[in-house]
Amino acid sequence: MSTEQEKQPSSAARRGFLGVAAAGLGGVMLAPGISLIEVAQAATPTAGASSKVRWGMLIDTTKCADGCTDCVTACNTENGLSGGTKATDSQWIRKVQIKEIKTGRTASAPVMCQHCASPPCVDVCPTGASFKRPDGIVLVDRHICIGCRYCMMACPYKARSFVHEEITDQQPDVPRGKGCVESCTLCVHRLDKGESTTACAEACTKAGHGAIVFGDLNNPESEISRRVRELSSTQLRADLRLDPGVRYQGL
Amino acid sequence: MFARALVLGLGLFAATAGFAGDAAGRTPHPVIEPATQGTQCVADPAYMRRHHMDLLKHQRDDTVRGGIRGAKYSLKDCIDCHASQKSNSVVKDETNFCVSCHAYAAVKIDCFECHTSKPRTVAQKGATQ
Repeated sequence: MSTEQEKQPSSAARRGFLGVAAAGLGGVMLAPGISLIEVAQAATPTAGASSKVRWGMLIDTTKCADGCTDCVTACNTENGLSGGTKATDSQWIRKVQIKEIKTGRTASAPVMCQHCASPPCVDVCPTGASFKRPDGIVLVDRHICIGCRYCMMACPYKARSFVHEEITDQQPDVPRGKGCVESCTLCVHRLDKGESTTACAEACTKAGHGAIVFGDLNNPESEISRRVRELSSTQLRADLRLDPGVRYQGL
Repeated sequence: MFARALVLGLGLFAATAGFAGDAAGRTPHPVIEPATQGTQCVADPAYMRRHHMDLLKHQRDDTVRGGIRGAKYSLKDCIDCHASQKSNSVVKDETNFCVSCHAYAAVKIDCFECHTSKPRTVAQKGATQ
């Protein structure tokens, strides 16, 4: 009997103590189970990729400055790439110099994943890791990628890289790791949050060149739609009929 | 009086170590670092302990495939609260939040071969470039 009597007040005291401790640790309690911090965390998730949008880029090679690599640097910083250019280093965007042999005319342009409407990398992927989002962005799902590199062979633009070595200190928004293939994501983490520019386009505008216009090709009001409607532009290797989302002007 | 002190002590252990129930049992329990003070988990700890992998896996597919971000069960949000104050990581030291339990349960953890184990405030500042 005496133990019963002792137990009751002590368990009540314990309950009281736990209540105080929970209030102290869990922020401001509005009601049991609901606290202010919980309310703050219950943010509404974004709507996700929509097929009404087709993200694309227009690159004006007449404005792209020789020797300027601001877009490449910005991409490396944004995505946590090393910036190395060895065969085993990841390069999501490269500056390419072209020369027309007969006339001697040269031009430079950045080349990255062209985000094809009919991407050959998706066709050949044996696991379904390589995929196209409804908004036209071609990505690798690293959770499913087995690193076979078929997509790298299928891509006519040499846009994809394989991660050969272990990586540390990744950007929180851009997970990357050994054994997976990767490529330009059109800064998908920015777009999903509602931003409307990529790191490379932003850097190019900031440098005063304005050679990269990024936008929605499906929206007739957008800057990129207006430009592709009014000016002559081409797709790289248009003969392959992959319908890339990246277009070039002045090639 | 002694019994009351013992119960209070157990209560304190349960509140700080995050493990409810009888800690004085015969099985050893992992010592889990408490989350950052003043933070509140998205679900009950007992539920999270059993289901965090399913929640994370479900949301990762929504995010990668569908572009849905900012939903409730985010790995980045986990890390922000649970990273150790000392190592700024959830996996760097043996006592860090994820490792302490995974080592105890002998379950290999692959997340951090690609995802950073540091909270956003540290990882964004400490990026290599």
